Amino acid sequence: MSDSTATGPVLAADGTPLKKSLAQALRREKTRALLLIAPLLIFVLISFIFPIGKMLFRSVENDIVADTIPLTVVELAKWDASSGELPNEDVYAAMAADMVVAIAAKAHTRLGSRLNYEQTGLSSLFRKSGRAIKKWDLATDAPFKEKFLEIHDGWGTVEVWQTIQTHSGRKTSGYFLNAIDMQLSPDGPAAQPESKQILITLFKRTMIMSMIITISCILLAYPVAWILANLPARKANLLMILVLLPFWTSLLVRTSAWKVMLQQQGVINDILVWLGLVADADRLVMINNQTGTIIAMTHILLPFMILPMYSVMQTIPITYLRAAKSLGATNWTAFWRVYFPQSVPGIGAGSILVFILSIGYYITPEIVGGTKGVFISNRIAYHISSSLNWGLAAALGAILLALVLILYWAYDKIVGIDNVKLG
Amino acid sequence: MSFTKTLLVSTAVAAMAVGPAFADGHMANELTIVSWGGAYSKSQKLAYHDPYAANTGITIINDDSSAEAVAKLRAMNEANNVTWDVVDAEAADAIRLCDEGLAMEIDPDTMLAAAPDGTSARDDFGALLVSECFIPQIVYSTTFGYRTDLVGDTPPSKICDVFDLEAYPGKRSLEKRPINNMEWALLCDGVAKDAVYDVLATPEGQDQALAKLGTIKDSVIWWSAGADTPQLLADGEVIMGSTYNGRLFSLIVEQNQPVAMMWDAQVFSLDGWIIPTGLSPERQARALDYIMFATDTQRLADQSKYISYGPARASSAPLVGKHAELGIDMAPHMPTDPNNAKNTFLYNLEFWADYRDDIDAKFQAWLAK
Repeated sequence: MSDSTATGPVLAADGTPLKKSLAQALRREKTRALLLIAPLLIFVLISFIFPIGKMLFRSVENDIVADTIPLTVVELAKWDASSGELPNEDVYAAMAADMVVAIAAKAHTRLGSRLNYEQTGLSSLFRKSGRAIKKWDLATDAPFKEKFLEIHDGWGTVEVWQTIQTHSGRKTSGYFLNAIDMQLSPDGPAAQPESKQILITLFKRTMIMSMIITISCILLAYPVAWILANLPARKANLLMILVLLPFWTSLLVRTSAWKVMLQQQGVINDILVWLGLVADADRLVMINNQTGTIIAMTHILLPFMILPMYSVMQTIPITYLRAAKSLGATNWTAFWRVYFPQSVPGIGAGSILVFILSIGYYITPEIVGGTKGVFISNRIAYHISSSLNWGLAAALGAILLALVLILYWAYDKIVGIDNVKLG
Repeated sequence: MSFTKTLLVSTAVAAMAVGPAFADGHMANELTIVSWGGAYSKSQKLAYHDPYAANTGITIINDDSSAEAVAKLRAMNEANNVTWDVVDAEAADAIRLCDEGLAMEIDPDTMLAAAPDGTSARDDFGALLVSECFIPQIVYSTTFGYRTDLVGDTPPSKICDVFDLEAYPGKRSLEKRPINNMEWALLCDGVAKDAVYDVLATPEGQDQALAKLGTIKDSVIWWSAGADTPQLLADGEVIMGSTYNGRLFSLIVEQNQPVAMMWDAQVFSLDGWIIPTGLSPERQARALDYIMFATDTQRLADQSKYISYGPARASSAPLVGKHAELGIDMAPHMPTDPNNAKNTFLYNLEFWADYRDDIDAKFQAWLAK
């Protein structure tokens, strides 16, 4: 025994120190593992992380003003917005020079759309002015202030210039402020007028309704998963198909089917009226409101709860229950103290899946949600596809992502992420 | 003959065969056309695509993505990979695309066909050329349909009947956006027709319109897809509802439902083509060639055989004939027919381009309350 300690470091078979040899082997192992997952890693980076990052970056990016009217931005910085007076001729001349270049590149209308998000009316101001300024000659037509005022009264209002000045930076906090029902005004961040406040309400509603949907999924899925896990294989497989069949059906078909079921002249109301439980005159309103969204989304997301629960329950030996009972436990105690704790990882996995899926849903709420059952994602969809205000959409998306990560972190702290099992 | 020679000769023969196709303007042999799908795309296929493909031998690929066209075109443009050649868009979207520099400018004098009597395209389309990038195709209207069996003995005939819950109790369906609804509300709140947009430009006017809509808010089902109102009417979920006139036409005439039209204060709007910017010269030439063909007087009149939308050219109106399958006269079903167009409202595109986001935010906040 004392031999080996006396002769220095332990050597491997090829004569290198064992420590070094082990480290080498470990490094080789790690490299091989990395190489094996490299295709997936690169794919995820290129097709997922990078585009999402790029999209989220739009929420603070604001190059368009400084790029389209660079001279004006410089001149306008010298103007004191609080003076209540219009900018001087230098600003108007710079604007004329910038606009001539912008019109040639057809960039002035794009700037108008951008600034219209901040002040209604600027879109047509830039579009109309573009048509007139096209005919100007920069060398001979000075001074420009009167000429601008002739084209459109807008150029003679302090607010227009304040808006341009406020939003001329290359980075902006404006979109994030908009996303939480505030705005970037010349005097700094301010609340939106109350009549336009909607986004915070939608964030809250999305969170609360997603939680309700998750809880109703847990309540409905638990007994189903239990039966699936404890029936003989042949019967269980048949039932499994019943769970999977709706899972394979198109989302739109299932949502439309709920419409047929839930509407006032629909199947459920017809049956209730026929049974005499509900008077024909006051049929139940179960769709185009929050009830409709909760019912339809619970049904659509149910398989995402059943499957992880089932795969966890399958691994819990039924003999534990019998052992508990043989030791004197009642049915309830055996279930609650022995079985349930072991099934918690399945509930955790299912809940995370269902919750994260449901806060991002927008097709189902759009179809069955009416006015009070729509989510924040419906607003994001509007800004992506209709208003083209991608900056605001990115800010809303970033906030949603942050909320999910915070909830995930809280979940990890409270339940522990090691307690989540998909099978 | 050596192998090289054979190759050379066969290449020359092939080049001669292909030559003429390149000679007339170097055009691409494929055309991707984006439209709305359903009965509307079918009418375009029968009236425009099939004859054009038969004349030129090119392949036309249909893509039913018009509903997402604005966002997708912007994404394609940023990726420098525009895969669409011709896109069907609403006038409001066309203006937005033009503003964003995503649609190319069209010169009606050189790029569109003159009418058979020699009237220039610019005069033939007239005021419907609402944007430099927009080639009008149809005039459609957003109007009301009502259930003949659920509205009592005196069917609704005026737009304000929509707001009259006493005379017409029951649900009505309205679109889940401010456009059209705000105008109708103001009209029925005593605002003169030509003052509507002046009033709507002020916050007080917007509140006034929302207050008027508030009187029926609890009786409204809000729709977001054009097919919703026809379905709601057919199921008896609503007694009246707004939608596009072509949808109501197919519900009434093709599906024989107990529904009738109420044309009062119908709002005219336009739908047409745009050509995306950033196409290669060959593809652009092909797209322009298609547009020249598909928007001539006869072709626009042909489309009305299949769907009840009015052709955008003045010279096409006299050529509107009978429905291709049902054999009924199409003229009385057109929104532009004098009997239907006694009281119409012209949708102000310029106003909504400016105010859409602002009023939409207010409208959605109001809906959520």
